[in-house]
Amino acid sequence: MQSDELLAVIGAGQAGAELAVQAREAGWPGRIVLVGDEASLPYHRPPLSKAYLAGAVSVDTLSLKAHAAYEKAGVELMLGRTVERIDRAARCVHFVGGESMVYSRLAFATGGRPRRLPEAALGADNAGNFHYLRTLADVDRIRARFVPGARLAIIGGGYVGLEVAAVAVKHGLHVVVLEAAPRVLARVTAPDISAFYEAVHREAGVDVRTGVQVECFELNRDRSRVTGICCRDGARIECDLVIAGIGLVPNTELAAACGLAVDDGILVDEHSRTSDPTIVAAGDCTRFHSALYGRSIRLESVPNALEQARCAAAALNGKERLHDSVPWFWSDQYDLKLKMVGLSQGHDRLVLRGSIEARSFCAFYLKGRRVLAVDTVNRVPDFMWAKRLVVEQIAVEADRLADESVPLKSLLPQ
Amino acid sequence: MPKLTIIEFSGKEHHLEAEDGKTVMQAALDALVPGIMADCGGSCSCATCHCYVDEAWVSRLPAPESAERDMLECALDPLENSRLSCQLRVTAHTEGLVVRLPKSQV
Repeated sequence: MQSDELLAVIGAGQAGAELAVQAREAGWPGRIVLVGDEASLPYHRPPLSKAYLAGAVSVDTLSLKAHAAYEKAGVELMLGRTVERIDRAARCVHFVGGESMVYSRLAFATGGRPRRLPEAALGADNAGNFHYLRTLADVDRIRARFVPGARLAIIGGGYVGLEVAAVAVKHGLHVVVLEAAPRVLARVTAPDISAFYEAVHREAGVDVRTGVQVECFELNRDRSRVTGICCRDGARIECDLVIAGIGLVPNTELAAACGLAVDDGILVDEHSRTSDPTIVAAGDCTRFHSALYGRSIRLESVPNALEQARCAAAALNGKERLHDSVPWFWSDQYDLKLKMVGLSQGHDRLVLRGSIEARSFCAFYLKGRRVLAVDTVNRVPDFMWAKRLVVEQIAVEADRLADESVPLKSLLPQ
Repeated sequence: MPKLTIIEFSGKEHHLEAEDGKTVMQAALDALVPGIMADCGGSCSCATCHCYVDEAWVSRLPAPESAERDMLECALDPLENSRLSCQLRVTAHTEGLVVRLPKSQV
């Protein structure tokens, strides 16, 4: 090592792993220690609710990088370790169990954790067949009971819930989705798209129920197992397995406790720097100002985690890489490849291109002539052009967006 | 283990060995080859693992499926020999495969 400096990266998800390796690529001269509370090598989370749950891929295909890659980059892995607190004055990371490590620079990549059900439902939290879905360990537990014929109740009709429903029903489980809002995907898509996804799931055999409030859980005698779910409308759903997917809470406690500026996310600038110049942060745990949307946002997104990590790695080495990437997301359910770009909040008009019935369409969220966001289903090439419409804030005419005879590409500056 | 060569846009060559069945993308990530971003982790959703297959290899690899063809339409600087490295698997049949990386993935 050419330097005594130590970069400590707290959190070994997609952001942390990328940040640690890219910090080396960008020239960090000293030690790099990547700390994670899970025991496994950093892994891809998106397949957890899809191919891995379905048993279509093995655990070793989930690793982001092989062990040798970290060795080659000189990144020391400290896995299965939990950080208790950060002492910024002493530049010290304190671990649960008493050990500590002095850092020169610190990176938070602490990600998020599943939002828990409200207090009233907590009795179910300890039941062996009640699960949230965020980690490999979560899915390994779920898979033990993920068998044909089992009755699965999914609480929450968001991406995770619907992806799980798609895998489960194909796997032969009896699936009920309970969504509190009047429609699935309510937080992220327009009513037409929600209706489409509800129809697709129902056609596949999923019992999708919206506007349903979970009132309580029925447990077996020793409270080790949920046997049923009672809804406020009086319905009772018997189940063998419960999976709750009702959102993500950013892991900001460590950062807040050491006095960093936090507001539903660790606040970072366009270089991924926090309010402490020696500390950067990246990924789902951060909140930042989006120049594109003119407001502060927090994203739960792999592409964002990676891009922010690369910016943080540059900043740690005194280089500039501005973070202002457009948010994009994807969700695979059945034969549907849903890809979304941008944030639709504040749109005043929805324009459809293609045919919902034919399962191949784009939905453009417009504000005036500006495209704020686009959802595409089985329209990959259109997605890539749509992304440019959003990023470059190109003024469009709604009737041309809707007209399939007008190639999207032609709406971009030539 | 089958060998492959990845050549960066700058001309820098990486001579790798990868386990049978691994994707070219994963082999590149494991060897820290710059220029493969792989933002979607190999789910054929982002086109940031775009590469050009050496002409001698184009016809010897399984042809791209429709999802890959769709993505390639929107990769930066696509050519006839463009492929997504997340969809190319290293096997005994690809011993000696050579791919080149484009100028940029973003």
